[in-house]
Amino acid sequence: MSSLNPALILVLGALPALALKGHLRAVYVLLLPVLSFLQLYTLPAGIRAEFEILGMLLTTLHLDRLSFVFAVIFHIAAFLLILYSLHTRDRLQQMATLIYAGCAIGAVLAGDLVTLFIYFEAAALSSVFLIWARRTPASYGAGMRYLIVQVISGLLLLTGIILHARSSGSIEFTQMDPGTPGGALIFLAFGIKCAFPLLHNWLVDAYPQATVTGTVVLSAFTTKMAVYALATAFAGTEILIWIGLLMTAFPIFYAVIENDLRRVLTYSMINQLGFMVVGVGIGTELALNGTAAHAFAHILYKALLFMSMGAVLLRTGRINGSDLGGLYKSMPYTAGFCVIGAASISAFPLFSGFVTKSMIMGAAAHEGYTLAWLVLLFASAGVFHHSGIKIPYFAFFAHDSGIRCKEAPASMLCAMALAAVLCIGIGVFPQTLYALLPYQIGYQPYSLTHVITQLQLLFFSALAFTWLVRQGLYPPELRSVNLDVDWFYRKPGRWLAEHAMQSIVAGEQKMGVWIKKLSFSAGTRLHRHHGPQGLLAKTWPTGSMVLWVAFLLGVYLIFYYVY
Amino acid sequence: MNRKKHRYWLDSPDNVRKLVYGLYALCAALMLLDFFYHKHTNFPFENWFGFFAWFGFIACVALVLLAKQMRKLVKRDEDYYGDV
Repeated sequence: MSSLNPALILVLGALPALALKGHLRAVYVLLLPVLSFLQLYTLPAGIRAEFEILGMLLTTLHLDRLSFVFAVIFHIAAFLLILYSLHTRDRLQQMATLIYAGCAIGAVLAGDLVTLFIYFEAAALSSVFLIWARRTPASYGAGMRYLIVQVISGLLLLTGIILHARSSGSIEFTQMDPGTPGGALIFLAFGIKCAFPLLHNWLVDAYPQATVTGTVVLSAFTTKMAVYALATAFAGTEILIWIGLLMTAFPIFYAVIENDLRRVLTYSMINQLGFMVVGVGIGTELALNGTAAHAFAHILYKALLFMSMGAVLLRTGRINGSDLGGLYKSMPYTAGFCVIGAASISAFPLFSGFVTKSMIMGAAAHEGYTLAWLVLLFASAGVFHHSGIKIPYFAFFAHDSGIRCKEAPASMLCAMALAAVLCIGIGVFPQTLYALLPYQIGYQPYSLTHVITQLQLLFFSALAFTWLVRQGLYPPELRSVNLDVDWFYRKPGRWLAEHAMQSIVAGEQKMGVWIKKLSFSAGTRLHRHHGPQGLLAKTWPTGSMVLWVAFLLGVYLIFYYVY
Repeated sequence: MNRKKHRYWLDSPDNVRKLVYGLYALCAALMLLDFFYHKHTNFPFENWFGFFAWFGFIACVALVLLAKQMRKLVKRDEDYYGDV
C-alpha cells in the first residue's frame, strides 16, 4: 500500500515477535525497522492520509520535511536499539521497544492533534515496561511515578486539544498560540515530556532505573517527540529561549555530583535538550535546522553513551562511579566507543556534536542574543566536563577498581560500533545530514575560527578538570542521593497522600458503623466490598492500575468524539 | 588469565605525567594560535586574547566548585527514599 503508515509496521509487526524464537526472532525483529524505513522512503513528500471517524477527520499520516528527519532518526535508533538488545532473552522488552519506537514514529508523522495524542499515550504506556522489566522494587516505584507524570501530561494535552478545537474549530497539528488557554495547556503538556525546568524530574528519576537496554531505548524517543512537537507548534516562541537556557545550565551542576553514571547522563540529556529548545525558541531557519540536526546527532551519541554504560552495568552489575574504574583493561572496545560518544557530545571537531550544536549557537549569535550565547557557551564547556570527561574517566580509567569482567556481548559491540561510525560520519560529512534538514541553507561548520575556538574551549575545560583532580579539589564520587524536585512529591507529597488516605479510611469506617446501626443489611453489603475478603480491600495489581488509566483515557476520548 | 599480571601503559605514574604535560603543551599551543589568525566573530569580546580558553577554564572550575557547595544542601544518604 502506497500510503501505509510506517509506524503501523513496527507496532503491529511487534506482536508476532512474541511467538518466534532464537535466530528467527532476531532476524525478524531486526528486519522490522528496515522494512518500516523502506516504506518511509517510498512515501511521496507532503503525503496526507486521512480518514473520517465519528464525524471527525483524522490525518494519521502527514509527511513534511521536519517530520521526515525525525522519522528517519527514529528508524535508525530503533534498528540500533534492537541490535543492542539481542543478547537479552526478555521478549517483552523487545516488543515494548518496537511498539514504543513505532508510536514515536507515528507521533512525528501525525497530522492532527488527536492522532498525536493517541501515539503519545501509547508511547508512554509501552515504554513503562522497559522500566518495570528490571523487576526491582526501586524500578517499580520509579515506573509508577513515570507513568503518573506521563498520564498527567496526556490529560493536559487532551484538555488543551479540546479547548483549542473549540476555539479554533480545527484539530490540525500546526503552529499554535501559547497565549490561548488551549495552546497554553498543550505547551505545558509538551513541556513535561521535554523535561522543562521543575517538570524534569520524571526523567532523572525513572530512566536510570530501567533495564540495561531499557534506558538506552527510553533516551531516544519521548523527549525528542516533544522537541519535534514544540518545533511544529511553538517555533519562535521567545520564552522557550529562556526555558532552554535554564535546561542547559542547571542540570550540569547535578551531573557533576551525581554518582550513578546513567543518572549523570540523564542530567546531561536535559542539558542537550535545552540546546534544542533554545533553537525552537529562536525559530529562524538556521535555528530550526540546528534543532533538528542536533536532535538527530544527539539521539546517536546519547544512545552510544548509554549503551556503553549499559554494557558496564551488564558485565559488572554496578553503575556507580564510586564502584567503578579501570575497566578499560577488561572492556577496551566498550571504552573506545564510550570515548567516541563522549567526543561527539562534547562537540569535538570531526564528531557529530560539532556540526549540529554550532548551528543553534550561530543562530543565537546571529539574532543578537548575547546573554543566551554566553550561557550556551558555559553549557558547552560544562557538558564536556561531566559527559565528555567524567563518564569515561570514572568508568574506564581513574583508580583501578580491581573489577575484571568480560567484554560486552558481540551484539552490543556491533550496535555501539554502528552508532560510533554514524557519530564520526556526521562529523566528517555534515552535508549529508544537512541535506535531510527542513530548510536548505548553506551552512559551513568547518571554519578556522570555529575549529580553533572550540578546541581552546574544550582543552582548557580538560585542563580545569586535570588541575582540579590533581589539586584534590574535585568532589569525590560518593554513595548518595541528591535532592531534586521529586523530593516534593516523594516526601511531603507522599506524607500528605498517606494521611489523607488514612483519614478517608477512618471516616469510611465511622460511616460503616453508623450505617450498620441504621441498617444491618446495608452494613453487610459494605462489608462484602470493603471487608477483609472484599474486592476493594485487596492490594491492586499494577495491571489493573494501568487498565484503569487506559480506561479513563478512553472515556475522555469518547467524550471528545461525541462532543 | 594472563591479563592479571599485565602492566598497562597507563599503570605507570610516569606515563600519566607525560599525558598531563602533553595536555599543558597542547593548551599553551592553542592559546598562542590566537596570534596567528584572524578571528571571524559575532561579538566584540570574542576577540579578546584567548577568550575561549580562559572562558572554558573558569567556567569549569566555577561549575565544579559551586556543585561541590551544592552538595551541602542536596546530598542525602543513599537510602533516603527507602527504596534501595
